[in-house]
Amino acid sequence: MYVAVKGGEKAIKSSLKLLEKKRKETGTKSIEINQIKEQLSFAVDRVINEGSLYDKDLSALAIKQSQGDLVEAIFLLRAYRTTLERYAYSTAIDTSKIIIKRRISASFKDIPGGQILGPTFDYSHRLLDFSLMKEDEINSYENINNQEPKNKEFPSVIDYLNNENLLEQEINNLNDNPFDVTRDPMKFPASRDQWMQILARGDEGFLLGLSYSAIRGFGSKGTHPFVGEIKYGIVDIFISPDELGFEICIGEIEISECQMIDQFEGNKNTPPQFTRGYGLTFGYNERKSMAISIVDRALKSEGYGEEIKFPIQDQEFVLYHADNVEAQGFVTHLKLPHYVDFQGELNLIRKLRNEILQGKKL
Amino acid sequence: MKTGFNFAYLDEATKRMIRRKILKAICIPGYQCPFGGREMPLAYGWGTGGIQVTASIIGKQDILKVIDQGADDTTNAVSIKNFFKRVCNIMITDRTAEASLIQTRHRIPETTLNKDQIIVYQVPQPEPLRKLEPKEKETRKLHAYKEYALMHVKLYEEISQFGSVIKTWAYPVETNNRYITDPTPIPKFDNPKMNNMEALQLFGAGREKRIYAIPPYTKVKSLDFDDHPFEIQTWDECCSICGSTKSYLDEIIINNEGKKNFICSDTDFCKSNLEKNK
Ligand SMILES: [Zn+2]
Repeated sequence: MYVAVKGGEKAIKSSLKLLEKKRKETGTKSIEINQIKEQLSFAVDRVINEGSLYDKDLSALAIKQSQGDLVEAIFLLRAYRTTLERYAYSTAIDTSKIIIKRRISASFKDIPGGQILGPTFDYSHRLLDFSLMKEDEINSYENINNQEPKNKEFPSVIDYLNNENLLEQEINNLNDNPFDVTRDPMKFPASRDQWMQILARGDEGFLLGLSYSAIRGFGSKGTHPFVGEIKYGIVDIFISPDELGFEICIGEIEISECQMIDQFEGNKNTPPQFTRGYGLTFGYNERKSMAISIVDRALKSEGYGEEIKFPIQDQEFVLYHADNVEAQGFVTHLKLPHYVDFQGELNLIRKLRNEILQGKKL
Repeated sequence: MKTGFNFAYLDEATKRMIRRKILKAICIPGYQCPFGGREMPLAYGWGTGGIQVTASIIGKQDILKVIDQGADDTTNAVSIKNFFKRVCNIMITDRTAEASLIQTRHRIPETTLNKDQIIVYQVPQPEPLRKLEPKEKETRKLHAYKEYALMHVKLYEEISQFGSVIKTWAYPVETNNRYITDPTPIPKFDNPKMNNMEALQLFGAGREKRIYAIPPYTKVKSLDFDDHPFEIQTWDECCSICGSTKSYLDEIIINNEGKKNFICSDTDFCKSNLEKNK
């Protein structure tokens, strides 16, 4: 008697062992969590963002456990964060009070506080550095003469445009209970707090592609946005417990922030004005913060009364499909067995073919 | 046994939130109730909605059965059972009649369910109108106005093109004369079992964050037309293991020449049928 091969207990156990073997079989040295954290810091920063949990140690652990599959690492971190208790919501961070590591504006040649290039791949030549193939010690590095920025505060550069009313105001329209994408089901039309959270933890590749589509021609008016300001640095996090009645600092986090300036032609009631797109991420994720700022601006189209023509302007299209934990789960579920449904299709297609081949139908 | 997690993984506040949504869903049969779905350690699309519903209602005395494609031993069913064993340490069974709680993907067991049982469906896409209207903002309105012309036209077009409705699974139903409901990707063969079922039917969609329900003894009608009544699948063959002619059959290719055999998709039914016929 033929017995259907339906996997099961033993197959799962063996599969997990094979996965572990894949990591260990060549007997190389185990990577330390610290090494991942310090030497693969961009990967670690991507995972804390899309995993939406600011914990670089756990992020490094997830990267190690997932053997470098970052989407898998993000999934691990998400599944961990969901079990954590919510003690408090922090107050909004103030990104003008920042220990600055990098700050540039593409819109103004000079800005109060100065342009600070900081660490960036931007002007590196993308040539493989073969000296890294065998690198024994990494504790020697050139100590560059890093001038400490004099300023302690870096107010948003583009707010200078506010003096002339050339730029739309960033209105604080948050109520006391901001949307919480990790607790509340999606609703449409989406509010800005809702979409900013989804973009912050959305898939970098998806958002990059969307933002590219907009500036290449599949975006409103085909305009070219300007980088008002990009910041990367360290800010304090505060909470304000009811029983205390004042704010206390509970720690600091690294952030990347992008303020994008875009155009708006105006309408009957509103004269033309510059509009804004805003992007904020954990850690050093400048490229993603830029992508978010472009998507943010596009999602505001409906509010400006602009015609919704392109995917990036479509709230449901963007927000339902940006999350890679959801996307990878649903795409890969296609490898689960579907033979019951497929049997239904087989059954039907045979019936339809028979009917047509016998010429008895229609 | 200590699991290191709260009983059934979810914290009690989350379970309470989900149970409230379940109660609301039961009060409005077939209505898709949004809920604050949590991220689970299993992938979206692999049963996270069903798992959250099960985790919220399961108790220490429950006996759980999990099936995928009708079978207890498919990998994902095994994986979900392992999850609940790990975080609940409860009794697991393969026997439909023994289970108090049945979580399923793509099938309803052949054995008639009774009033002391609950069946939890894993739902990939809760919105039966989604393929006809991609926007959630619009489909919610269509349900609110009971405006289902889109669906009826779709079925009519299939009949005029193919001579019959060609939907063979996830065949839409009307619940309690009100909401058009997605029965999940069960074969239409199983649709009649939903009608007037004694057991409570709960549906969990994790990725889409929706819960809906069909209370016991509720009318569930598969959509059709008077001159084209709803029909279920039939086979010329019988199960090659137990000889059943009444169950849903899976087709199995048994050699390189493509010779095929048919066996029951419901493994527990097949086994008991075989024992009965011995
Ligand atoms: Zn059988």
